Amino acid sequence: MVPNKRGHMGEKPAYFNEMFEDGACRPPYAGIEGWANDMPAEFRSLKQSEAEALFRRIGITFAVYGEGGDPDRLIPFDMFPRVFSTSEWRKLERGVKQRARALNAFLLDVYGRGEIVRAGKIPARLVYQNEAFEKAVVGFKPPRGVYSHIVGIDLVRTGPGEFFVLEDNCRTPSGVSYMLENREIMMRMFPQLFRENRIAPVENYPTLLRNTLASVAPEKCEGDPTLAILTPGHFNSAYYEHSFLADMMGIELVEGQDLFVEGDYCWMRTTEGPQKVDVIYRRIDDAYIDPLCFKPDSMLGVPGLMNVYRSGGVSITSAPGAGVADDKAVYTFVPEMIRFYLGEEPILNNVPTWQCAKQDDLRYVLDNLGDLVVKEVHGSGGYGMLVGPKSTKDQIEAFRLKIEEDPGNYIAQPTLALSTCPTFVEEGIAPRHVDLRPYCLVGESIELVPGGLTRVALTEGSLVVNSSQGGGVKDTWVIAE
Amino acid sequence: MKLHVSHSTRYAFDPPMRGVAQSLRLWPSTFEGQKVQRWDVSIEGGTRGAGFRDGAGDWIETITFLGPVGEIVVNVEGIVETENRSGLLKGHREKVPPMAYLRHTDYTRPDAEFKIMAERAIADGKTGLDLAHHLSSLISDAIKYTPGETDPSTTAAEALASGNGVCQDHAHALIAAALAANIPARYVTGYLHAQGDIAEASHAWAELYVSDFGWVGFDASNRACPDEHYVRVGSGFDSIDAAPIRGVAQGSGTEALSINVSVVEAAQQ
Amino acid sequence: MTLLARHASNLFWVGRYVERAGTVARLLEVGARNALIPNTSGGYRNEWDSVLQASGNSQGFKEKYGDDLRERNIESYLFFDEENPSSVASCIWQARENARIVRTALTSQTWDILNTAHQEMRELRRTERSKLSTSDLIDWTLRQGALVRGTIEDTQLRNDGYDFLNIGAYLERADSTARLLDVKYFVLLPQVDYVGSGLDNYQWRTILRALSAHRAFNWVYGGEVTAAKIADFLILNRKTPRSLITSAEEANWHLDRLARSYGRTTDAQSCARALVAELAEVSVDDIFDEGLHEFLTRMIAEVGKLSASIGDVYLSGEARP
Repeated sequence: MVPNKRGHMGEKPAYFNEMFEDGACRPPYAGIEGWANDMPAEFRSLKQSEAEALFRRIGITFAVYGEGGDPDRLIPFDMFPRVFSTSEWRKLERGVKQRARALNAFLLDVYGRGEIVRAGKIPARLVYQNEAFEKAVVGFKPPRGVYSHIVGIDLVRTGPGEFFVLEDNCRTPSGVSYMLENREIMMRMFPQLFRENRIAPVENYPTLLRNTLASVAPEKCEGDPTLAILTPGHFNSAYYEHSFLADMMGIELVEGQDLFVEGDYCWMRTTEGPQKVDVIYRRIDDAYIDPLCFKPDSMLGVPGLMNVYRSGGVSITSAPGAGVADDKAVYTFVPEMIRFYLGEEPILNNVPTWQCAKQDDLRYVLDNLGDLVVKEVHGSGGYGMLVGPKSTKDQIEAFRLKIEEDPGNYIAQPTLALSTCPTFVEEGIAPRHVDLRPYCLVGESIELVPGGLTRVALTEGSLVVNSSQGGGVKDTWVIAE
Repeated sequence: MKLHVSHSTRYAFDPPMRGVAQSLRLWPSTFEGQKVQRWDVSIEGGTRGAGFRDGAGDWIETITFLGPVGEIVVNVEGIVETENRSGLLKGHREKVPPMAYLRHTDYTRPDAEFKIMAERAIADGKTGLDLAHHLSSLISDAIKYTPGETDPSTTAAEALASGNGVCQDHAHALIAAALAANIPARYVTGYLHAQGDIAEASHAWAELYVSDFGWVGFDASNRACPDEHYVRVGSGFDSIDAAPIRGVAQGSGTEALSINVSVVEAAQQ
Repeated sequence: MTLLARHASNLFWVGRYVERAGTVARLLEVGARNALIPNTSGGYRNEWDSVLQASGNSQGFKEKYGDDLRERNIESYLFFDEENPSSVASCIWQARENARIVRTALTSQTWDILNTAHQEMRELRRTERSKLSTSDLIDWTLRQGALVRGTIEDTQLRNDGYDFLNIGAYLERADSTARLLDVKYFVLLPQVDYVGSGLDNYQWRTILRALSAHRAFNWVYGGEVTAAKIADFLILNRKTPRSLITSAEEANWHLDRLARSYGRTTDAQSCARALVAELAEVSVDDIFDEGLHEFLTRMIAEVGKLSASIGDVYLSGEARP
């Protein structure tokens, strides 16, 4: 693989500043330039503490992306919005939807005939030997052929028109409650900004999610389907998000113990007796869904649920087995999927990735550790990762040993020059690196609300946006031109 | 050969459970060497439903019991016509790619011993069907058929180390050896019309995927490939995944299990 | 909108724990006031011990403090101790935890009050004990209860969840009033000759005070406090907000609402009706014929039976209509 020179840390990178280009304010940010510059420092700190009080009051204190850590910790909220123009967003939207379609086509295919494997477009081993490939659902076609109903795509930007996909999340991407709460709090604190700018609303996300879930009800479900969110329980760090979404959609938030299987269906224990459940939006991992099919000792799941699912009595979103599409090694082949299933060219770029499992790639990676970002294949949360240009010689050498010990466990990517967005910091306003996670809904139709979750690395110069490592969040705007 | 199978499984719970859910995999496969003439699974009480055929070709059904559940009796009875196909599973409808079976579970993890065994066999120049047969006989040699020495939670590595085991251990061990040799392998449950020393009417063996032949059964307990004396029921990664009855009971009671199986030639009835 | 059985149970327990925190505070008040009267050594060992006995805390306390029945220990155990499942701190934590699980079934105002009570309790636990008086702690606890009850009344949707919140509260209240009355039994057990004495009078008044009912009592009955008047007031009088009959009737009313909205009458309704019927028919004389302690013990058991029945038919999720 030829290393992509753009954003490569070999030469000094020029980070793309989303607000200022050659000293001039870019159009999407024109509407807030004055607001930001004219804000007195005292007013700003007043507003900042107001925002914090609001977050604490709401109780939105969970670790985003299952990063662990103190469940009562607040994720810092930065009031400076991240802004896209409508035309920028349109391109992103097309790219995200294209990817979501391809990922779902891939899942339907690999649990069906496996045409993409037969065509030699992706190594069979990568798919069928993948831990996330579920033998239990081979041959079963979920309603509408959809496996991943909520696709969270992690993106970074490196230039005005350049976006790279870091990672796809096909199972249960979290953080969407931040997208909604960040907006809610911004509207409460700065209503004039919303009067003066035409900012596309994101509030209909719960409605769209509800419609998406209802649209994949089992064929034999008659009338309005009953929907429920399945949570591991109130000790889970994302419980707030689960209850928030249930509340916003007006559906029940259930734990495994609230559900049981009888006959051809799955039922909810209510005060009035059993009530049939048609669609389960599960926020627990595959392995815990059903002790009769997966982990026999799972206390979180529902015995027999997978049998009801596979016999068409209930829908599970995302479908068990969807994880095989968001594996870091499978990621490399998403552009191939787009070409294969859709006959289109990918709109969003993949980050060039070296697989340390391959001899040639491994050699390149070990020779260029100082320039690369190295990640564990199954890691998350920014842990177990090496950011070459930000590491000391000793750290690099220590990591080299780890890679040599188990090359198959690592992939490497060039250090991308993540764009920056102005951010309120102690000294005033300063550029900080950001990423973006939009949430694409796939059911009867494909929907994407104009916005997403922007994470920001609050430490100067840092490229790690994970909340467990000093990351914060921002409201994300799509503004009419 | 026409085999008459009757198989009764009785669970007794003390004190009774608040509820029980079971997933049943009790229906014989259909392929060139095996045809089901009649088959009946009868269970008193409970609610049956959610039946389907899984990707590996097994028919699966669900049964749930509302508490208090003191006893469950699952009766299976039927006649299956079998022919000797030397273990070949021809004409069996299934959708799971063989490569998906190249993964181990806690029971079938190949430890260093299995790896050495596989490496030696390959170094000896064994390939394909020959390699599969060779591994099967290595397992037969390494693990003596000894009832009572192992229990249902014994892993392949533990059985190999102890040198004793029953059909479950032979099957797990052969799978581990096959995986170490990069051969897809799976656990198969069924019935055996016993003739030799080993009288396990409710039986288990392994299937290995051999190119050009497809899935081939190996019964390391009997140093044989399944023939007309075998009735194949279901498959999975290991004994848990392939279990004829998988259940979860709610409650704190103890469970006592008794199984009665008989397999006889139908004509002799 | 359906209600999960587990969530109904959470709401039921929010109601119970909030009420229980108040009961423990009221018991503390009884003990503290009784302890101010000298020369009571002839009572059932000690007025503090009677509080522990009546609230079912005697065993747990002894394991922790032995026989050291000092007010400070009792206060630590009954108010702050998180290891004591029925301390005020535990009750408030439990109420808040149950509420957190069913946040979507509560208004933000109700959640806010419960959450704030929990935060304030954490503050109190951090405060130096010399700066806290027993009466402040009692007042604080009773105020939290009033805030929660008021907010529920003011803001909650009148759906089945509201009924479960209330049923929990009223069953706990019935239990609590019975237990508070029973404290008197433990205090006076061996000294029948105290009956009618000044001390006796004082102890009865303390119980009224703890139930925030001493003024009301004067308005209704006036004059001398007698066991018969007290029993009538706290058990049989429908005007008394915390009397057994009022609590039972309120619980019954909410159970009837459930039966109507679910279109199904269960054992729980029959059980509640039987309890109300008995309280409506029994006279003070009947109660004293049976023995006040015996009657109260039986009532506590009846309330427990009703609670178990509600558990079976609504909260366990096992029942099939």
